[in-house]
Amino acid sequence: MTIDRAVSPAQRALEVLGDDLTESTLKRYLDGIPGVDAVGLEQRAAALGTRSIKTTSKAWALDRIIELIDLTTLEGADTPGKVRSLVAKALVPDAGDPSTPRVAAVCVYGDMVPYAVEALGTAHSAGTDEGVNVAAVATAFPSGRASLAVKLADTADAVAAGADEIDMVIDRGAFLSGRYGLVFDEIVAVKEACRRADGSFAHLKVILETGELNTYDNVRRASWLSILAGGDFIKTSTGKVSPAATLPVTLLMLEVVRDWNRLTGEKIGVKPAGGIRSSKDAIKYLVTVAETVGEEWLQPHLFRFGASSLLNDVLLQRQKLRTGHYSGADYVTID
Amino acid sequence: MSFLEYAPAPESTAILDLKPEYGLFIGNEFVPGSGESFVTISPATEKPIARIANGDAADVDRAVAAARRAYDKTWSRMSGRDRGKYLFRIARLVQERARELAVAESLDNGKPIKESRDVDVPLVAAWFFYYAGWADKLDHAGLGANPRSLGVAAQVIPWNFPLLMLAWKIAPALAAGNTVVLKPAETTSLTALLFAEIVQQADLPAGVVNIVTGAGETGRLLVNHPDVNKVAFTGSTAVGREIARSTAGTGKKLTLELGGKAANIVFDDAPIDQAIEGIVNGIFFNQGHVCCAGSRLLVQESIHDDVVDRLKSRLETLRVGDPLDKNTDVGAINSAEQLARIRELSEIGEAEGAERWSPACDLPENGFWFAPTIFTNVSTSHRIAREEIFGPVLSVLSFRTPAEAIAKANNTPYGLSAGIWSDKGSRILAVADKLRAGVIWANTFNRFDPASPFGGYKESGYGREGGRQGLAAYLKGGLK
Repeated sequence: MTIDRAVSPAQRALEVLGDDLTESTLKRYLDGIPGVDAVGLEQRAAALGTRSIKTTSKAWALDRIIELIDLTTLEGADTPGKVRSLVAKALVPDAGDPSTPRVAAVCVYGDMVPYAVEALGTAHSAGTDEGVNVAAVATAFPSGRASLAVKLADTADAVAAGADEIDMVIDRGAFLSGRYGLVFDEIVAVKEACRRADGSFAHLKVILETGELNTYDNVRRASWLSILAGGDFIKTSTGKVSPAATLPVTLLMLEVVRDWNRLTGEKIGVKPAGGIRSSKDAIKYLVTVAETVGEEWLQPHLFRFGASSLLNDVLLQRQKLRTGHYSGADYVTID
Repeated sequence: MSFLEYAPAPESTAILDLKPEYGLFIGNEFVPGSGESFVTISPATEKPIARIANGDAADVDRAVAAARRAYDKTWSRMSGRDRGKYLFRIARLVQERARELAVAESLDNGKPIKESRDVDVPLVAAWFFYYAGWADKLDHAGLGANPRSLGVAAQVIPWNFPLLMLAWKIAPALAAGNTVVLKPAETTSLTALLFAEIVQQADLPAGVVNIVTGAGETGRLLVNHPDVNKVAFTGSTAVGREIARSTAGTGKKLTLELGGKAANIVFDDAPIDQAIEGIVNGIFFNQGHVCCAGSRLLVQESIHDDVVDRLKSRLETLRVGDPLDKNTDVGAINSAEQLARIRELSEIGEAEGAERWSPACDLPENGFWFAPTIFTNVSTSHRIAREEIFGPVLSVLSFRTPAEAIAKANNTPYGLSAGIWSDKGSRILAVADKLRAGVIWANTFNRFDPASPFGGYKESGYGREGGRQGLAAYLKGGLK
């Protein structure tokens, strides 16, 4: 006989699952969600990928992609100087064209948050809708293999340093062994750690690491679980595991977000991260978002690209649209 | 402007090099027809494309004579390996001219370029490649050693997949050693005439492939010609019946691929988002001009409302318009005549009490257009649940138990195809076993492959096209 452990009383889960929120009711709920047919899902994603986005639509799409980018550096070799350079790029992506929009956020490791905040200066959004956000990866990113106390301290530290968004990883080991309650509780606890001194919250992005979850059914269950536990965003990958973001996985997560919206009216964000390097690929994602959840989602608070090299390709494409000819890698800056 | 109103992305027609007027293709040459020629138009704009010859009795005689000569003198004596070489050559030429063929097909038929480009033309090439491979292996087709070809085949094809139906007919016929006289549909002759150019390019012996354009009368003359050994027809059940009567007792071997009213059955454990895609693909693919279209949606009652809601929001994103725009999902109805029939049956559906719904969509002023339409509250006795509409119109019915689903699915004079959506493999197999339909798709719909036989039960016709079974239709004897 197993003891039915209660899970943290997260608001959303209570509303959807009812007051007797236990690990087994949670598991039953997640297991009751309709399955995913892998062949059909991949066909649909491929079909969306054949949309032909030209002229004015392309120009709009390129600008919007920039505005949706979390410009990211997540290397062991990161330094304050590297982060400052990244921030400079975030603020002025293309020095040759002042009409180029800014990116949504810079995404760094927790210890780099103070440098990012400092470098942004007045351009830092700091909780307002204007300006560039600072996102920090936390909870023993990318593996998530640390005790809960360490994960929470990691999160609280980044928030205290001025991070506007926290990108946490779920415990994939616990998820794959069926301990959904544990995964759920961790997300709830991290969400609580995102609380600032003034009572407001840093935005929480929950990284599923879909490359490790392996099946589409798992991705769908993990997406529902993350949303029920209070995630503001669901994010595909850390970028450290292959495969990272794919179009079918992102489509699937968007479908969950659409269904959650149908169920509750609430809007959850989606962030594909890792492996999106070309404008052409990024446009396929925009099409998928617009045709799955609607165009309304193509805004920084509901959709992001986690990327680093994507930005330069978009800038090259923008220059091509403006001048009519291709320039080259030396006409955009490396950061 | 919103992002979803994607800027126009039209495929250029500059690749086409059309003649103002096309003759009949007899003995590898274009010759004038004796009947009064007619104009083929683009159903999307009603603008003329080219003049097409109209074959009369003398023309049909000439074409059959050319085919007979080619059969007696060259094709029936040629080794299978050499016939295969010609078929491989045709397949490669189709691939080389793929874009041109796709543009011509969309222009003449009204189907979206993404379908002619990604489905029709690739399948045409696949069909020729597949049967090219069989040409020298007929001994292993299960018909005994050295199976004999039939002679001259008369083939009459419909307008919904003009070039693909041509490939379904010509590829197995030639592989088996027959020569052919083919009549394309009156409204969609263009790609058959481009195919005639490919036959010239491939340097096929004169008379092996003959194409006689014209209307119903030309087809009648062709299938009733006394020197024809085989008749293959794809089209309406009414015409199919007439052909069956007129060929009875003549010794002509006959295959018929006729209408359908396929059930697409969605169980409550179906992968729901993929099922929605499958329903859309099942009935709105090619504007519903598909004999195997999933025009009757049978949904388990417990998920009926949810499925209909999801289906409606999905339909809102379908893009109806210029067939040559690469982003178009639903193109033009092929002809004014067909449009009138779709309208008539839809009005009857409303009058009989079914609830009609279409997404908001702006239809172009010129041309033949019909918005994607769903009927809910449909009863099995309604005409829209029984008759083939052959348009973008879906009738939604519900069921409570698997037995009821099977009974309702089978309750039709047709039996061409069916679809089953369920996450449970055992249920799919059990239900498929009891459905009386020639093709059953599980968790997908409208997928075709040259290796898979296709054909119907009951009023959907007889004989199979595709696969080893498709060869048997063009050889003496039956499968053993």
